[in-house]
Amino acid sequence: MKNILKYTFAVLAVGFVSCEPEFDSPVTDDGFYSSGTANLSKYVSVGNSLTAGYADGALYITGQKNSYPNIMAEQFAFVGGGEFNQPLMNDNMGGLLLGGTQITENRFVLAVDANGNPGPVRLEGTPTTDISNKLSGSFNNMGVPGAKSFHLVAPGYGNVAGVPTGSANPYFARFASSENATVVGDAAAQNPTFFSLWIGNNDILSYATSGGAGVDQTGNFDPSTYGGNDITDPNVFASVYSQQVDALTASGAKGVLVNIPEVTSIPYFTTVPTNAIPLDAATAAQLNAQFAAYNTQILPGLTAMGVITPEEAALRMINFSAGQNFPIMTDDDLTDLTTILQGAPFSLPPQLAALLGQLRQVKSDDLIVLTASSVLGTTPDPNNPQGVIGVSIPLTDQYVLAVSEQARITAASTAYNATIQALAGAKGLAFVDAKAALARVANGGVVYDGGVLTSQFVTGGAFSLDGVHPTPRGYAYTANLIIQAINDTYDATIPTVHIGNYATITVTNN
Amino acid sequence: MKKVLLLAVFALASAVTYAGGYRVSLQGNKALAMGHTGVAVINSSESVFFNPAALVYLEDKFSISAGVHGVFSNIAYQDSETGANARTDSPVGTPLYLYASYQATDWLAFGLGVYTPYGSSVEYEDDWAGSHLVNNIDLQAIYIQPTVSFKINDKLSFGGGPIYVTGSVNFNRNLNRTLTDLDGNRANVTIDASGVSSWGWVASTMVNLTDDLHIGATYRSEIILDAEDGTAEFENIPNSPLTPFENTSIKASLPMPAEMTVGMSYDFCESWTFAFDYNRTFWDVYNSLDIDFANEAIPDSKNARNYKNSSIYRFGMQYDATKMFTLRAGYYFDESPVREGYFAPETPRNDSNNFTAGLTVNLGEHLQIDASFLYSHFKEVDASYNYYFENGVAVPFKGTYKTNAFVPGLGLTYKL
Repeated sequence: MKNILKYTFAVLAVGFVSCEPEFDSPVTDDGFYSSGTANLSKYVSVGNSLTAGYADGALYITGQKNSYPNIMAEQFAFVGGGEFNQPLMNDNMGGLLLGGTQITENRFVLAVDANGNPGPVRLEGTPTTDISNKLSGSFNNMGVPGAKSFHLVAPGYGNVAGVPTGSANPYFARFASSENATVVGDAAAQNPTFFSLWIGNNDILSYATSGGAGVDQTGNFDPSTYGGNDITDPNVFASVYSQQVDALTASGAKGVLVNIPEVTSIPYFTTVPTNAIPLDAATAAQLNAQFAAYNTQILPGLTAMGVITPEEAALRMINFSAGQNFPIMTDDDLTDLTTILQGAPFSLPPQLAALLGQLRQVKSDDLIVLTASSVLGTTPDPNNPQGVIGVSIPLTDQYVLAVSEQARITAASTAYNATIQALAGAKGLAFVDAKAALARVANGGVVYDGGVLTSQFVTGGAFSLDGVHPTPRGYAYTANLIIQAINDTYDATIPTVHIGNYATITVTNN
Repeated sequence: MKKVLLLAVFALASAVTYAGGYRVSLQGNKALAMGHTGVAVINSSESVFFNPAALVYLEDKFSISAGVHGVFSNIAYQDSETGANARTDSPVGTPLYLYASYQATDWLAFGLGVYTPYGSSVEYEDDWAGSHLVNNIDLQAIYIQPTVSFKINDKLSFGGGPIYVTGSVNFNRNLNRTLTDLDGNRANVTIDASGVSSWGWVASTMVNLTDDLHIGATYRSEIILDAEDGTAEFENIPNSPLTPFENTSIKASLPMPAEMTVGMSYDFCESWTFAFDYNRTFWDVYNSLDIDFANEAIPDSKNARNYKNSSIYRFGMQYDATKMFTLRAGYYFDESPVREGYFAPETPRNDSNNFTAGLTVNLGEHLQIDASFLYSHFKEVDASYNYYFENGVAVPFKGTYKTNAFVPGLGLTYKL
């Protein structure tokens, strides 16, 4: 009798452990969610830093795990999605080594200084990801930080030997299938059943972040002659972009195309106010006195001589007042007056002529870049307290994205976006209007379960500490947008994520 | 024949469950097999718990009962909006009991009880979707109750005694939904308090209307466990003055609510007994689970619970089948004390239907083996906890829950 009881309980005990409660319809069952007409079993993502999961000015493991393609792949797993391999970095520092020498900087973290003020600083330490250690295998995430549209089809872009000269990309060098491989070739070789393509951001972004230091190459169809900060010709973009879509759809894959947001939606261009210089009445009056001759004699004189237009003369007027003021800057889109001012009738000394050569005040519709915050109002020469950047020393052009420069970016990105949307329509691919979605974040924000996602630097939640790339939460927002577009286009019901479950910036002190 | 009977009992077995909140109604194998009725049942030293006044009517000079239950409970969670899903992998709970009674005189009996009416052991996978509310919790409270029972006459008796409680709690959750260290490990806190003690009391009465019809009532007082020197241990906290979480001591209070039980039992057809108990648990004392960190830099943790008083309706049958076997079965309906919008995953209790069965095997004059089985059935429920806040904004934690519990139990009774 005792034995019977003993065995009965032993059997019951084993039974109960496996007697799990079952839902009427478990989310893990096949068919609870649907991939519609899309086959998500082999998903490959192609793009640049945004696709790689780059954030805080670097690529690092936790950022990659929160890349929008990885978040999407986790959700695809509910509808038959397969494994999603990423070329993970070696650490969470983010910097790259080449043969033991560090070639890119570590990530930013939010640190608190001795005065208790939080601000972004580079994480200290020696990174461990050496790009000469080649990763083996193929990777679903083909996001390559720094890549422009034409780089994705450029053979040799992953050749480590080309990294020091700038002809190759250090990130792609880690996992390119061969020295002559192309990003799109390696992506297509995986025979994806589904792909995402988000490329073209850097074709305008590096021009923008450099304050328009590059050249607008519209009309130049040879990208091999472009500099790093140039704007890519829209025809070049259209040509390489359709090549990429053709390559990725060659074996019948479906996919999603994402367009290019406006640079004015990102905190790198919206954080530093254009009127960042505070002055009292006395100082303003003193400065105005110094510029009186320039305003009332030189500029009208040059206009009368026909050297500059009345519009340019108006643009170049300098005026300070008590309160917040626009800094002075050099604008290389202005007529260079350096030589003329040294001649009659002005006969200015060379140094002063050079100062006034392309001088104007920043206007309210210019954009001052984030990195200007560390130079504006500083005195670079400690022996000359009068030499203040933005007041007596012009802010150099690289810190200001002038209205004229913004117009070039808008023209190019509008053309790129027309290409992207037209191709999505022609090929029956899903299309994501990231431009409109990011504008919503920048203009008022997007409500989520726990607050409002905005593009406010540091505190808004959407952007990492480099002011350009999203946080994990920003990437989760992006992943949801793309999933919704896939659901709409392919009659799928892939679940989205709660973006409040994804982190924002990382705080840590060195 | 023995085997046939045994199988019959288990085939009969109707369901059972344990109770709402963190009440664990497993205070005796005999009673549990009858739907955990017993306030008006006179048959063993389990009455130390169910109704001390009944002890004086026990036939045996000396009786001791001890036993254990194995609690196999499972919680499944899913959120169809995101696909997030989780299953608990909780350790098997083993609540114990020990009761002794001694008939001192014709009108006076003494008893001693050790039992565990409150407790909880829930273990989710770390960092699951609700990890900002709980990763795991282990709550134990041991009641020790010296008891006296005396009768006025054969119709009326009283009983009661003081209760000493010693309890412990260990609770881990993530600090919020997103904070990690540099390597992405989620920041979390473990609250631990043990050896927390307090006092309460129990009082009861028994009325024998006839030889076959009994009425009983028992009141067990509220007992609040005040942890004065618990610890909070923080893990994976970023190195930053912005996250000033350092290990510290804590204060917290956890109430063991008062419980009133009234009921009746009726013996009929010689070998049958029917019993009914009504429990009212005064859960409204459990308003908020607050943790006061000694370190002032760490904001206190306030977790609204707002429980309501709840009722349990219990029905039990006993059949003295043979000299050797007594068979039992029962049912009870257990109302959840959790209000809508307060459904927290550490005690995800909705209303439950509970089915019980069991038997006693008499091994000679003095020794009995008591066995019981409880199955608790909870309906699948869509619920949310709406009182978790981030930066002052409420972030509801929603989803669908499905819970069950299987509780086999085994005990021994020795009597002289």
